[in-house]
Amino acid sequence: MSGTFVGMPAFPKAAHEAVGNQTLRGNLRHATHTIRAKRAKAVAEVSDWAALREAGKRIKDHTLRHLDRYLEQLEESVTAAGGTVHWAADAEEANRIVAQLVKETGESEVVKVKSMATQEIGLNEALEAEGIRAYETDLAELIVQLGKDRPSHILVPAIHRNRGEIRDIFEREMSEWGRPAPEGLTDTPAELAEAARLHLREKFLRAKVGISGANFMVAETGTLVVVESEGNGRMCLTLPETLISVVGIEKIVPTWRDLEVFLQTLPRSSTAERMNPYTSMWTGTTDGDGPQTFHLVLLDNGRTDTLADEVGRQALRCIRCSACLNVCPVYERAGGHAYGSVYPGPIGAILSPQLRGTASEIDASLPYASSLCGACYEVCPVAIDIPEVLVHLRERVVEGGQVVREGNKVVLQPAKGHAAERTAMRAARWAFTHPGALRTGQRLASRTRRLHPRTLPGPGRAWSDSRDLPAVPAEPFRDWWQRTNGGKGGAK
Amino acid sequence: MSSRERVLGRVRRALADVPKDDTPYEQVVPRDYLREHGERSVEETVNLLAENLADYRALVHRTTTDELPYLIMRLLAERGPQYVLVPPWLPPEWMSAADPTRVHDRAVSTPHELDKVDSVVTGCAVAIAETGTIVLDGSPDQGRRRITLVPDHHICVVRVPEQVVSSVPQALERLDPARPLTWISGPSATSDIELDRVEGVHGPRTLEVVLVSDQPSADVNS
Repeated sequence: MSGTFVGMPAFPKAAHEAVGNQTLRGNLRHATHTIRAKRAKAVAEVSDWAALREAGKRIKDHTLRHLDRYLEQLEESVTAAGGTVHWAADAEEANRIVAQLVKETGESEVVKVKSMATQEIGLNEALEAEGIRAYETDLAELIVQLGKDRPSHILVPAIHRNRGEIRDIFEREMSEWGRPAPEGLTDTPAELAEAARLHLREKFLRAKVGISGANFMVAETGTLVVVESEGNGRMCLTLPETLISVVGIEKIVPTWRDLEVFLQTLPRSSTAERMNPYTSMWTGTTDGDGPQTFHLVLLDNGRTDTLADEVGRQALRCIRCSACLNVCPVYERAGGHAYGSVYPGPIGAILSPQLRGTASEIDASLPYASSLCGACYEVCPVAIDIPEVLVHLRERVVEGGQVVREGNKVVLQPAKGHAAERTAMRAARWAFTHPGALRTGQRLASRTRRLHPRTLPGPGRAWSDSRDLPAVPAEPFRDWWQRTNGGKGGAK
Repeated sequence: MSSRERVLGRVRRALADVPKDDTPYEQVVPRDYLREHGERSVEETVNLLAENLADYRALVHRTTTDELPYLIMRLLAERGPQYVLVPPWLPPEWMSAADPTRVHDRAVSTPHELDKVDSVVTGCAVAIAETGTIVLDGSPDQGRRRITLVPDHHICVVRVPEQVVSSVPQALERLDPARPLTWISGPSATSDIELDRVEGVHGPRTLEVVLVSDQPSADVNS
């Protein structure tokens, strides 16, 4: 089973360790640079990208604004089409529902389509505890599962592994889970893909229960959409007798027509393709074709808390394309694990602290895991202003204040770690509102400037480790201004 | 309180600060993006479809209605499958020249039985030129979703130009959401190893698309 993120150290510590890993940095640099150029090309092919992006943003904002109405409409449409809808307020409840549904089928194994929602709630571990084995079938998820690893990218969870490492994992672990890797397996991607095909085929053919997420749910028609590449999604969505889809409540779009926007922006943003190889759309159940029992589990798990935040709620527009990860200079160097969540990178830095709250060390540090360069905002196909939310969350961490957790209003205490910063800011405020004191202080600083240390003492030391302290001029500006009559006097 | 009521209650409380807004949905979203990209003649649209299909490694063939059975025969002969699967209502003339034992898809065929089939021949619902996509909707000439998934070789016949649209928005207009839909753009592929695309994972590793028209095309290349 993949490891969990419980007890992760704060981002700076985890990142500090990660940047020391040369292989990891090489792998990430190679992968993110490959995809960056391709994405730019795929986006440039459509001349109306800006209009598509704006439409995507408006569709999602409108949906969130009326989420209660669309959830009810979706429930009605799915039910009318032969599906059963369940509601889960948190991860624990969602896991319990799914485990119960699997048990009712009498099966003890399930095949899974790659799904961020089920990663988020730790479904595999919860099923394991109930004696149910969940097989990941997406190639990257398989690599993560076989390697007893953690995902490090939204789209390509095994992005931190290069082909040689993948070969070694397959050779070592596949026999534990089923059909062993072929003899003499090399590290060419085509051979590795073939090995995965052979390993998983027997599991697909005998599977009775499939578990998926969904990229979109259409309220008007009750249609669910899964966008994928390999065909493992199609296998899990059509061969089993029972299908259970666990989907975050923010994945709704109001109408069938809305898909015309996202089916153009999502593939180009994520895998830089005009269109991904396979997209499946299903509406309830169809007689004689595919699963005859369909369950939809609607997942909250912190989404409504996020919705309550006026600035932060825009994170719920996310369609999980991962373009922001691929362009982020911090992600490229620190890697996905340092973010301590299934949602790494810029979107993770604003999503995790909102879904989980900022109580833990890692979540409180995530809003700082950014240089605020804004590349993420620029590539986002639904125009999430990630830097804006990051700054907003930093403010929340430092100053505390009212937030909503599990549906209840709570007041956050200001973070302890920022006491020195707050003291400095208070001192600055006092000085700037007392001109006399400010003048005296500035003159004193100028006269003693040769005695100033090059680094700050005490808690300021870390700050000046990598920065030069500003040099204090021989004469304060205001004194110079007065003496020279604003520079007009000619004197220097 | 049920979880349904709990979640809906949380949503309503979360939105309590948002000003009331009853603008009809049609006015909320600016639909000023393009219905299709660029202007093309019907023939150019079909050519673009062929080009984009080939770009994602589908094998594209062009033929006429009269020649279609012979082309299918030839494609199957090259591959040499023991079993060929066809959906329940494939036009019988398509397979009239083909040799291998035909296996109709029966509702009872298990995934294991399907796995023994080498090739499948189907029609399609619509094809999208700009993205190089064919869409299947489970109509009787396309069959259940699984029959175009488990076999390793899929021959898909597209009637041109009537089944071809330019863009994704035009395709969605033609499709019925109540039907199970499968959008296919090239053979199965993955970007999971170093974010680089390689073809051939779980779905058919060979996708052959036959563009068939009543009129001989100017550049028949098969």
